[in-house]
Amino acid sequence: MENHKPSKDLFVPVDREAEEQHEIGRPSLSFWKDSMLRLRKNKAAMIGLVLLIIIAFMAIFGPYMNEYTANEQDLSQAKVPAKVEGLGWLGLDGTLSQIEEGETVEAAREDALARFSNDEENTEINVLNDGSDGSQARVEAIHDPYAAKDINNNFWFGTDGLGRDQWTRVWEGTRISLYIALLAAAIDMVIGVAYGGISAYYGGRVDNYMQRFIEIITGIPNLVVVVLMILIMDPGILSITIALVITGWIPMARIVRGQVLKLKNQEFVLASQTLGSSDGRVIRKHLVPNVTGLIIINTMFTIPSAIFFEAFLSFIGLGLPTPTASLGTLIDEGFKSLQIYPFILFWPALVLSALMIAFNVLADGLRDAFDPKMRE
Amino acid sequence: MVRYISERLVYMLITLLLIATMTFFLMKLLPGTPLSAADKLSEEQQAIVLEKYGLNDPLPVQYFNYIAGLFQGDLGLSFQFDNREVTTILLERMGPSMTLGAQSLILGTIIGMLLGLIAAIYHNGVVDYGSTLIAVIGKSIPSFVFAGILQFYLGVQWGLFPVALWEGWEYTVLPTIALAIFPIAIAARYMRTEMLEVLGSDFITTARAKGVNRFGVVFKHGLRNAMIPLVTIIGPLAVSLMTGTLVIENIFSVPGIGEQFVKSINTNDYPIIMGTTLFFSFLFILIILIIDLLYGLIDPRIRLTEGD
Repeated sequence: MENHKPSKDLFVPVDREAEEQHEIGRPSLSFWKDSMLRLRKNKAAMIGLVLLIIIAFMAIFGPYMNEYTANEQDLSQAKVPAKVEGLGWLGLDGTLSQIEEGETVEAAREDALARFSNDEENTEINVLNDGSDGSQARVEAIHDPYAAKDINNNFWFGTDGLGRDQWTRVWEGTRISLYIALLAAAIDMVIGVAYGGISAYYGGRVDNYMQRFIEIITGIPNLVVVVLMILIMDPGILSITIALVITGWIPMARIVRGQVLKLKNQEFVLASQTLGSSDGRVIRKHLVPNVTGLIIINTMFTIPSAIFFEAFLSFIGLGLPTPTASLGTLIDEGFKSLQIYPFILFWPALVLSALMIAFNVLADGLRDAFDPKMRE
Repeated sequence: MVRYISERLVYMLITLLLIATMTFFLMKLLPGTPLSAADKLSEEQQAIVLEKYGLNDPLPVQYFNYIAGLFQGDLGLSFQFDNREVTTILLERMGPSMTLGAQSLILGTIIGMLLGLIAAIYHNGVVDYGSTLIAVIGKSIPSFVFAGILQFYLGVQWGLFPVALWEGWEYTVLPTIALAIFPIAIAARYMRTEMLEVLGSDFITTARAKGVNRFGVVFKHGLRNAMIPLVTIIGPLAVSLMTGTLVIENIFSVPGIGEQFVKSINTNDYPIIMGTTLFFSFLFILIILIIDLLYGLIDPRIRLTEGD
């Protein structure tokens, strides 16, 4: 059995530098890098981000992509649907169709033609069911308003009731809606962070008074405040923004205050103070970085709600004055002719919905990415 | 508890007084009088009209009269409708608004809860993704866009329901659906999260281990516990429905408070605007108070007497 015993000289110490043992296998991830990695894995959030970039790009450059301007009216070109060269298969062929039923083919045909002011020349009639089997006759009429109105150029989103190009108006409207929302969200953020931060950091009596003030203000529904503010100020971009800000900063102030209060008493802040950090260093190095995630998430949720409120105000007659277009005023105009010309409502409603979904999905993704509790 | 409630009631009163004062003075800043055709009236006639609305008194007296009237439920006279009291107009128009609000809140929370429940049971399945998608869309797209879609397809194209007006039950269908989509989205999302958390907790494992069947686990043990926090979202939902009715009532021509409010904004009928504003504020504050009190009743861990 002795030969099984290994000799001592088989064991040689590995030649390893002292530092090597302390080296970490992978590069360390900061909180931000880690969050961004998680965000990038979130498919929905990424789709939202791409959608947002596209909409923002179109809002900036869209109006310049054709020769029309937002306020150029031409009643002879009013109310034509969207027509895009080469996209006819998507339904963007600039025609309107109407299906009518009637006792006989002739009766149905007349009903269908009446819908397009009896313009037989530019209307194509297809008989879907001639009623020979005893059922109602069904006739489809396809009308080409471009031919009827003698329009040679294409309107990508069609035109509105005054013959203005919807493409230009929709993207200019998106620009204005985004501008109002971003401005309101930015001001909300500044006021909210300052108010919440001061309230929490100083604490005591200051905090008490500042919180009582917030308690009374939150009792007022923001709907009421916004409406009252717009009533006194003339409706305009600035007054709508101010009206949105008046109550908009409160959630931010509450969140920041709550977070700062929590952080203020935590060990790492105490440790930093014990080691001699100044107040400024504590705020800069420990409080601000820990609140930033929450501020970003909250701002991301503020923006869509500001876009919604702007559209909402247009709806109740307190929106931007004509002829300025915002997504809200465009949708409001679209509703006036919804039954006959639904396409006037369609495009601004589509862009508004896409914008809201994009912001909400991205905000959800950011919240999941920043929230350490969600970590697996 | 009593102390907490009375404290809250005092705050409620202060807030309401503040809102009343604010609206009163803001309205005084606005141009416009009840005299729609002032030049056609002689000076005496003008004086009589102003006297009727109490607009001849000095401002502090007007303010005092207004506040005193509020405590008696008197919101003043409408400018637009001759000799009609704002309180009566609001009471008349409360019915349709309440019907719409209640219907959509109940329908929305029930459908939303079911959707969230199914999503949680079939976690990460097709149903789950579908319900998440519905929740995102419902939360993001404004109710007036839905109203347009419903009006055009269900109303105009397919002719299933009347497009507008208020003449019977079938007239409430489209506005109710348009309003219910937001509650559906929020309730579904909330229910799913809560249910997943509850289903993952120890007492569920215990119940399973003891041989309770799937149905019993989900409904008896899971649902009951997941529903507690759901109460907390009903308040905010009710508040958001108040905003929603303003637009929806207008789109569907429902003779409710919201429609009157928008009309009054466009005709500068200040007494009605003030009255509606106060009414909305009162409802809002009341809902928040009730919800806060409910928290304490449902979950004793939330101690009301302590501040934040």
